Amino acid sequence: MTSTHSSRDSNVVIEMTDVNKWYGTFHVLKDINLKVNRGERIVICGPSGSGKSTLIRCINSLEQHQKGSIIVGGTRLTSNLKGIEEVRREVGMVFQDFNLFPHMSVIENLTLAPIFVRELPQKEAEELALHFLKRVRIEEQAYKYPGQLSGGQQQRVAIARALCMNPNILLFDEPTSALDPEMIKEVLDVMIELAEENITMICVTHEMGFARTVANRIIFMDEGEIVEENEPEAFFNNPQYDRTRFFLSQIL
Amino acid sequence: MVTSNTQSDALIFRPLPAQTPPLSLTGPLGWLRENLFNGWFNSLLSIGCLVLLTIIIPPLLSWTIFDATWAGNADSCRESSGACWTFIGHKFQVFLVGTYPSSEVWRPALAGGLLVLLSLGTVCRVFSKFILISMWLVFPFIMYLLVNGGLGLPIVDQSRWGGLMLSVGLALVGILISVPMGVILALGRRSKIVTIKSLCIGIIEPIRGVPLITILFMASVMMPLFLPENMQINNMLRVQVGIILFSSAYMAEVVRGGLQAIPQGQIDAAKAVGLNYWQMNVFVILPQALRHVLPSLVGRCIALFKDTSLVIIVGLLDFLGMAKASTQDSNWLGFDAEAYIFCAAVYWVICFSMSQYGRSIEKRGPSEH
Repeated sequence: MTSTHSSRDSNVVIEMTDVNKWYGTFHVLKDINLKVNRGERIVICGPSGSGKSTLIRCINSLEQHQKGSIIVGGTRLTSNLKGIEEVRREVGMVFQDFNLFPHMSVIENLTLAPIFVRELPQKEAEELALHFLKRVRIEEQAYKYPGQLSGGQQQRVAIARALCMNPNILLFDEPTSALDPEMIKEVLDVMIELAEENITMICVTHEMGFARTVANRIIFMDEGEIVEENEPEAFFNNPQYDRTRFFLSQIL
Repeated sequence: MVTSNTQSDALIFRPLPAQTPPLSLTGPLGWLRENLFNGWFNSLLSIGCLVLLTIIIPPLLSWTIFDATWAGNADSCRESSGACWTFIGHKFQVFLVGTYPSSEVWRPALAGGLLVLLSLGTVCRVFSKFILISMWLVFPFIMYLLVNGGLGLPIVDQSRWGGLMLSVGLALVGILISVPMGVILALGRRSKIVTIKSLCIGIIEPIRGVPLITILFMASVMMPLFLPENMQINNMLRVQVGIILFSSAYMAEVVRGGLQAIPQGQIDAAKAVGLNYWQMNVFVILPQALRHVLPSLVGRCIALFKDTSLVIIVGLLDFLGMAKASTQDSNWLGFDAEAYIFCAAVYWVICFSMSQYGRSIEKRGPSEH
């Protein structure tokens, strides 16, 4: 899978060209073209079933595309998954349902991959974990288990877990959709802080306030296609397509 | 809800204090009412059971304890109306180690003692997980060395192995090998690689489709027919392999059930942090999956232990086989009940301990397994 591509433009970290994907006969992604630059913060929105999650899951090969090419950090993703771990350690992911490992304490959740994938010594991995727990303001919960934390706390742990791999790219798959209203803000605050640090972020979310504050670019998807993409101001104030206008009128 | 006004306009919310439940719901009386006498039908059942117990228990106690013979010989047993525990005492060594030479009995005894110590150490959790697992893996070799001989100890022919020693040995080696084999078969059955998947199904399904007795027969009677004449594999080993294969197939299906209960999100998360296939399974999937199926896994181990009594079919005399053989002793005819009750009691103690241990692991929090 890892045929290294010397990208002409070294600033491009993700390059998707004519990407197509089917679930059985269902055409879920249609001719997706997307270039993401280093440090860019992209918000993807759209109605459910429009292919947003599938799109970002293709970036770390949790789903595989069937046509077109995806190049992540100079590596072309193919259907052969050998060596995919190399790409995945560069791409952190935060899920809607947190997906913390329930049988491990918070600190074990955070140190697992650094110890076994990055091969850090345990002590160093723990220091790293505590550092990131502090950044998501939850270091006092380090020795608790995921089941003992609230949804918002769990999601912040999940963010810290992704950060512990020191990724170049962070993917967020509807990170606040499973949270109680009172907890959405604490997660968004953490994400806004991250956005200030020049890490490349791609975020599927319906939090339009968040999108307006942090995104460089907003992508609107429907029916497996990118309908339109633009800077936040232009996107919200002057959407080009009627479909986008209708969507925005529904959620704003 | 108690609320009061303060200087500002906001009302302050104060939750009501929690109260204890009314007395009639707790305490021994509450328990009786809740569990034995809730409704006329259950009350009737409770009283019926009580009557039944008063009828059964006194004769049972007098046979097993008050009228029983605890010393003497076969004749003193025949004079009394109670159980003849003398018989068990007399045949104790045969029950435990079969016809193992008396001068060497200390060896299986030592192995048994070590096994008990190791089990106690496991239950009381005096060792770390790593040491514990390695000790259980090393133990069968020590056991084999002690029982079989070698390294200066005289060899004892396997035809003289028997009794409880044989049952425990077959079961222990069977469990220690078939659990990891079951895990591997289960993972293989879920593999995306078609050859591995079909190979695993090809092993699991035929074995699950036949009774253990058939496999033991195959191993003991038919396998020598297929092997070249100069190649001799002893009967004990063939039977052991048969038991392991049979048990692995069942373990595999139990483990597969656990694997299927793991949400896709766990797999996604494990992959997303960069773990490879084996790391994902060892650290994320299997610890959760095995925990889900622990009750059935312990159940399979208990079943395996009890199934070893089937080796009598192929001429090995295990614990039950030895008990049966002992009742044929012409000096001690007519004490079948005592022999079988003793067997049942020993089986029960061992199986019940296993199941209690299984429960205790289940109850442990996520922090401790």
